[in-house]
Amino acid sequence: MSAPWKQVLNRVNDYCWEIPTSYTEGMRVPGRIYASEAMLEHIWQEKVFQQVANVAFLPGIVPYSLAMPDVHWGYGFPIGGVAATRVSDGVVSPGGVGFDINCGVRLLRTNLTVEEVGPRIEKLITELYNNVPSGLGSKGKLRVSDKDLNEVMVKGSVWAAEHGYGDAADVEVTEDAGCIRGADPEKVSAKAKQRGIPQLGTLGSGNHFLEVERVSEIFDPDAARAMGINEIGQVLVLIHCGSRGFGHQVCTDYVALLGRVVQKYGINIPDRQLACAPIQSPEGKSYLEAMACAANYAWTNRQCILHWVRESLVSVFDKSRREMGLEQVYDVAHNIAKIEKHIVGDNGLDVCVHRKGATRAFPAGHPDTPEAYRKVGQPVLIPGDMGRGSYIALGTEEAMQVTFGSTCHGAGRMQSRSAAKRNQRGADVARALADKGITVKAGSMAGLAEEASEAYKDVDEVVDITHQAGISRRIVRAVPMGVVKG
Amino acid sequence: MAKDFELIEHTADVGIMAYGADVREAFANAARGMFSLIVELGSIGEVEHRYIEVTASDEESLLAAWLNELICLFDAENMLFSRFEITEFGDTFLRAKAYGEPVDSSRHQLKVGIKAATYHMLEVDRSDGGRVQVLFDI
Repeated sequence: MSAPWKQVLNRVNDYCWEIPTSYTEGMRVPGRIYASEAMLEHIWQEKVFQQVANVAFLPGIVPYSLAMPDVHWGYGFPIGGVAATRVSDGVVSPGGVGFDINCGVRLLRTNLTVEEVGPRIEKLITELYNNVPSGLGSKGKLRVSDKDLNEVMVKGSVWAAEHGYGDAADVEVTEDAGCIRGADPEKVSAKAKQRGIPQLGTLGSGNHFLEVERVSEIFDPDAARAMGINEIGQVLVLIHCGSRGFGHQVCTDYVALLGRVVQKYGINIPDRQLACAPIQSPEGKSYLEAMACAANYAWTNRQCILHWVRESLVSVFDKSRREMGLEQVYDVAHNIAKIEKHIVGDNGLDVCVHRKGATRAFPAGHPDTPEAYRKVGQPVLIPGDMGRGSYIALGTEEAMQVTFGSTCHGAGRMQSRSAAKRNQRGADVARALADKGITVKAGSMAGLAEEASEAYKDVDEVVDITHQAGISRRIVRAVPMGVVKG
Repeated sequence: MAKDFELIEHTADVGIMAYGADVREAFANAARGMFSLIVELGSIGEVEHRYIEVTASDEESLLAAWLNELICLFDAENMLFSRFEITEFGDTFLRAKAYGEPVDSSRHQLKVGIKAATYHMLEVDRSDGGRVQVLFDI
């Protein structure tokens, strides 16, 4: 008997599969999943098809409900989902962004080599662990007032740079220059602000991390050089975190609010977590203004953490920032909604692109690709799991044509957290990593077990599909030397 | 004795199915289930209490709002709770007293953070006593 998904999906090409609108009554457009045939069996078992189909109910969605190869079962939207809705008459859905608004990844390069860092990796990881507040319930070392927080919401990374945490050069190589315009602190609840104030400048827990890694492969030396990555063994630092309790509360508030108005706007959604409102409605506008506050908070957060990562390197290696070439490569958001201009059919169209566990991947020449990368394309940062490594890719013209300039955001989970804990203990995970020469400091051993390599898809396979499908170009692979987990 | 609550597995997140003699008790047990994800319930002392009032448009959103209110108290005030008295309970309104204490890192081994209670798979079932289901974003 052939696999059950074969009766549902239409093959578009080797890496793209279509869910027809006949799959579920109410779908306005077909779904499209970017995956290899081998991956589809797992994706099918994961109930992802239904979630991709549910997103296709959203009013104004064009022309497909999309899923990236790291897609897995989420709540409402699948994780790895991309949906573009017309700004003129479409909706925005807070669930299409998620609770961790502007969760994202920032990459710092150094000119240090594995030979220099290897002998001091334990010291460096300890220094990072002590210098960057992390873990559940951790408080930041920043002391910000209500007024400061309002400025953070409006200015994003610029606020951090103005207060001595990094500089303008970092801001230039941050998605949207670290600030979505139009943020309105009035649209953010007192509760979100209460959660946000003590947590600014903290890594958080769960899958958030700091990773010291070494370049293990360079697929395109010229493109890598444009990102300041020149040799195998060069050491990089990856920062993964988001908007903490501030963003979680903004999403909580607006899922509840928009849930109350779907009926008023005559919207039919198959899952309440897809609560949405027209982009042009007061509720839709308020969400986007509040979401921008949370996105800007997240960029400030990563900017401050970057600063402490630099301080830690300076302290451990007793060299200056300049001597070590501690420059930011890029910073990407992977839980976000953006108003962007795209070509749909033959016409330019303003759309709201929801990326829920997906990364922007704009091509060379695009006005939103920073000057430094205008010739090669926007860097895409794709963390894998703790044991296997991560990738740096570049955005492509193909992505603009087929995925609204989007690609995958990571490896994608395969095992539930409890299954991961059943299958391996935190101490065993730490030992397995140590056997590979990877130093780990984690706030919680149970948390460490949940993030074991085995819980994730193979990032090599995921990135291979995005590369073959042409939605991002694989440039550099790096493997971990040391990890700080929240 | 029947279980008060059990975990629901999910690839990225975790859910709770909670039971009670009625829905009111199931709401309280869902809250206990949620805090059991964060820390061992037995390690939470009843030192302080908080009064909680929640309104929502229907009983499912009331469940989400109730749990989200407690998540907010944990996140903003570091409060852990292990016992809940729901003193008033309707389809769209509840008032409760929650007993617990602030996190003390020398005694509380925190396990996992919870970002929010989602509306995905959210269920309130009044047949056969009370049964509620909720999925959290972890």
